[in-house]
Amino acid sequence: MGQQDNKKQTLYDKLWEDHLVKSRDDGTALIYIDRHLIHEVTSPQAFEGLRLAGRKPWRTDSVVATPDHNVPSDAAERAGGIAGIQDEVSRIQVQTLDENCKDFGIVEFGINDPGQGIVHVIGPETGATLPGMTVVCGDSHTSTHGALGALAHGIGTSEVEHVMATQCLIQKKMKNMLVRVDGELGPGVTAKDVVLAIIGKIGTAGGTGYAIEFGGEVIRGLSMEGRMTVCNMAIEGGARAGMVAVDQVTLDYVKDKPYAPKGDQWDMAVANWSRLHSDDGAHFDAIVELRGEEIEPQVSWGTSPEMVAPISALVPDPAAENDATRKAGIERALEYMGLTAGQKITDINLDRVFIGSCTNSRIEDLRAAAAVAKGHKKAESVKQVLVVPGSQSVKAQAEKEGLDQVFLEAGFEWREPSCSMCLAMNADKLGPGEHCASTSNRNFEGRQGYGGRTHLVSPSMAAAAAIAGHFVDVREMQKEAV
Amino acid sequence: MKAFTQHKGVAAPMDRANVDTDLIIPKQFLKSIKRTGFGPNLFDELRYLDEGQPGQDCSNRPINPDFPLNHPRYQGASVLLARKNFGCGSSREHAPWALDDHGFRAVIAPSFADIFFNNCFKNGLLPIVLEEEIVEQLFQEMYAEEGYELVIDLEQQLVVKPNGETIAFEVDTFRKHCLLNGLDDIGLTLEDADDIRAYEAKRRDEAPWLFDAVK
Ligand code: SF4
Repeated sequence: MGQQDNKKQTLYDKLWEDHLVKSRDDGTALIYIDRHLIHEVTSPQAFEGLRLAGRKPWRTDSVVATPDHNVPSDAAERAGGIAGIQDEVSRIQVQTLDENCKDFGIVEFGINDPGQGIVHVIGPETGATLPGMTVVCGDSHTSTHGALGALAHGIGTSEVEHVMATQCLIQKKMKNMLVRVDGELGPGVTAKDVVLAIIGKIGTAGGTGYAIEFGGEVIRGLSMEGRMTVCNMAIEGGARAGMVAVDQVTLDYVKDKPYAPKGDQWDMAVANWSRLHSDDGAHFDAIVELRGEEIEPQVSWGTSPEMVAPISALVPDPAAENDATRKAGIERALEYMGLTAGQKITDINLDRVFIGSCTNSRIEDLRAAAAVAKGHKKAESVKQVLVVPGSQSVKAQAEKEGLDQVFLEAGFEWREPSCSMCLAMNADKLGPGEHCASTSNRNFEGRQGYGGRTHLVSPSMAAAAAIAGHFVDVREMQKEAV
Repeated sequence: MKAFTQHKGVAAPMDRANVDTDLIIPKQFLKSIKRTGFGPNLFDELRYLDEGQPGQDCSNRPINPDFPLNHPRYQGASVLLARKNFGCGSSREHAPWALDDHGFRAVIAPSFADIFFNNCFKNGLLPIVLEEEIVEQLFQEMYAEEGYELVIDLEQQLVVKPNGETIAFEVDTFRKHCLLNGLDDIGLTLEDADDIRAYEAKRRDEAPWLFDAVK
């Protein structure tokens, strides 16, 4: 393709080049899409568009569907399947996905299918998303799949229709950013704290226009699930795509997944995937560096994911901010959150706790939360602690390990796989003014319920807060336990 | 898609940074399976004093008198002035659908989130990036003058102020072409169907596992 052989490329450059169908004179390119994940919320209008134009999907076997946003997490309601969904508008939407998949011949893991779960949890865990793929979904947290060494990002509904009809996206190449986290994480500090610290540093628009590669010793040292947590929140840093280079951790994770290549194809795939890292000396348009030792457990205090602080910190004072727009932003956030400048983060009391979402609902997340909860009870003052596994398979595994019992004994609720209180489209939501320690990814106004106040934290910090009734440094609890 | 060539309209403010798509259109309205009808719920949590529900008649809801879009002077506005990182958050195309349904044809801001920016073009809504100082100036002038109108000329790539002053803006060639002509980009891509097939054939040799169906 007119490329010099000796050109040093980033991981993103390689993934881009591998999927380039055609460069056009106007600077855009056609990029081929290998895997298209769909869910009930952002797909109905796309199917409708196909029908109106009399178009057929280009490659139905590239599409995998599952309902996740609207499905109830309550076991009794869930047992009734689609017909059992009480909210009529939600029921119609889930039903519509089901019908569209049948009409167009698309594989769907239905509401109570053993393969069902949050799209970004089931992709990697089934091998439906693989290293080297381009992955899209009408959902901004598609960046999660980049942890496998894939080019994965969210798209709008018009693009969902475009990919279904053409198997391609019209794109302009993004810029390259490297976020390197070297050193070592202290005990009790998790992937979630790393990514919150990164967003605190670059800001929610810091990655706009970039594809971010996460690298360095700390990222290399994370499990695949931890890497997914980091890539998941690339979008909260403004970047559509986040990714991590393929290494042995990746290969060990992917091997033997139900839809991973097998036999000769596996060997062929491994050979192909071994090039999926940035070449030494490849050019990045921006490089951001953090030290693992300096990262503490994080808690968001405001209404944007960049409004985050270490657990030992105080709620910031807008008076100390010089930039007028930012100052107004902090003032509005403190008012919405019902917090005072200079207040200790550990003095924030909680009404509810949510452990789940595509950021932190995988088995390791549940193990981490259970390890903290074991032998404790939730604080009286906390009304509800929801634990919502990310998929049917995570749920089954957790139950096999007895984690559900640990949670139930602690007074937590054990729910059915869904997005649940991450965005409160089903019945799980915050009341006005309620504070929630949440392992999800967005603390926007009203995100978890009208007037609700979200604090983003890791699973172990969420469990610790559930027990104490306010934020605590989980490292103190872990020390006591030893 | 409807074409965008030239537009003249009253400007209205959304005067805060990092306006996210949850704020533009809250999640309960995403349960709709249609593309239209989101206008009455645009900025729902700011516009009304109660919690909105899908399918509800909004004409009797308590209005937030402090929210600028509710002020008589901004009724019928079709150009939104906004701040940094407008449209951050989720990929929901319901955000541009709601802006469009409410009557906005263009949004001017110092920066936009990538996915939202992209989604606008698919719906005949023009997002315009201008330098922060220029946006600030437009805000000042708009606040100072009731009925402040801007002309947006896509062909010339100009924003024209009421005093005749012009501000140039950048727009991608391909997107401009599609907007000016109201083109459906699926149709355009399908003109390259042979290239897509040729790519698939090559790729099938290199990486056959990518073509195995999930069952
Ligand atoms: S869990 Fe939350 S962020 Fe993830 S896909 Fe569901 S709603 Fe979106």
